[in-house]
Amino acid sequence: MQRILLFLYGLRALILFILLELIAFWFIFSYNSAQGAVFFNSSNRLAGGLLERKEAVVSYFYLGSVNEALAEKNARLLKRLEDLSPRDDSVTLDIDTLFRHSYEFWSAKVINNSLHLSQNHLTLNKGAEDGIRPGMGVFNEQGVVGRVKGVSRNFSTVISALHTDLLISSKIKSSNVFGSANWDGKNPKSAKLLYVPRHVNVQIGDTIVTSGYNAIFPEGLAVGYVSEVMPGSESAYLDISLELSTDFSKLTYVYLVDNTMKEELDSLQLQLDQRYDGQ
Amino acid sequence: MTGSNIIKYSLAFLAYLFVQVFILKEVVLFGYSFCLLYVFFLLTLPIEVGTVSLLFLGFGMGMVVDVFYDSLGMNTAATVLLAFIRNPWIKANTPRGGYDEHIPPTLLNMGLGWFVIYALPLITIHHFLFFYVDSLGTDNYFIFVIRALSSILFTFLLGIVVQLLFYNKKRGI
Repeated sequence: MQRILLFLYGLRALILFILLELIAFWFIFSYNSAQGAVFFNSSNRLAGGLLERKEAVVSYFYLGSVNEALAEKNARLLKRLEDLSPRDDSVTLDIDTLFRHSYEFWSAKVINNSLHLSQNHLTLNKGAEDGIRPGMGVFNEQGVVGRVKGVSRNFSTVISALHTDLLISSKIKSSNVFGSANWDGKNPKSAKLLYVPRHVNVQIGDTIVTSGYNAIFPEGLAVGYVSEVMPGSESAYLDISLELSTDFSKLTYVYLVDNTMKEELDSLQLQLDQRYDGQ
Repeated sequence: MTGSNIIKYSLAFLAYLFVQVFILKEVVLFGYSFCLLYVFFLLTLPIEVGTVSLLFLGFGMGMVVDVFYDSLGMNTAATVLLAFIRNPWIKANTPRGGYDEHIPPTLLNMGLGWFVIYALPLITIHHFLFFYVDSLGTDNYFIFVIRALSSILFTFLLGIVVQLLFYNKKRGI
């Protein structure tokens, strides 16, 4: 018995090495699943607090461009408001409340960002206490940014659109053809649009927007512009490259969106699925 | 290790982490070249430090970097591997007359030739594992190799500069 223990003691470094590597790889694979352990990422209280403090110092350097973007967004919203507000000389009727208030919005500040790995994440300075929940969409005035992956009390971690596993349900604005935008891990300024059939006529410069189908993003948020169209190598789909409309290297403030009807939509979908499975 | 050494290396541990997480994380040259300078903390620990302590230090360091990089496990796996093979690799490179156990294996103590042979392969293994895990699930092998090679160069050069600026001969940091 003593000999076995001595033998194991002699191998303690190897055993510890194997154990620690197993833990590390278990982290790697469990983190890539949909719901990662939130404690061990940048949204935990200690890391989030430190990052927020750093951001408080660094943010002064780009206040100018942030102000400019906000002013631009304001101008656009004012124009929308002008278009939507009723004129004095006309009569308006509220037809129906079906589409009213199906999305809720929050704003948050990006306190940590990466864009050069294959799987990039952001950290935001709002968490469960502010009403943020996993699965919400994240965007800014330029276009889509990502989807909330996990939240802690005061911070949240977001899967960036620059993440090779994130698919964003999108469509070509002019022709309403659907596809999925997906980052190919190469250039943080471009992405691919998948599953567009070959017969569709796609022009360079076409605008790609969110489709609103997966109920994460409202319909019509900018995703990017078509920069290249090639016939796919062997599949029935076109190989479309996008230029992303969001500049991920300059993310500062973002908006979060939650579809308040999502549960209803999902349960309806589920009912349908069960019904057709039953037949 | 003496008490003052322990305090000195604890401060160095924190300093390396701070620089890595708050400064070097933002510095990615040409979009490819990362600088994972924190590996130099493990590389320049005194030779007498045992593999078990190295493994724990590497695990802790990798975890903290991972938390801030949101790359859970990737830095940890690579750094634990580096910590495991550091001491055998030092032993394999024993110069004639052996080592003085108490001095750290730094550039100033061992000379450029020895240090390149010592540090460059270890950094290469660390970086290749890190970027390989990052590229899993994609088919961008070309980008993976470019990232790894340019990052090895960046990390190594900055590590040399840091040692020339902040390290003392014999006493280490």
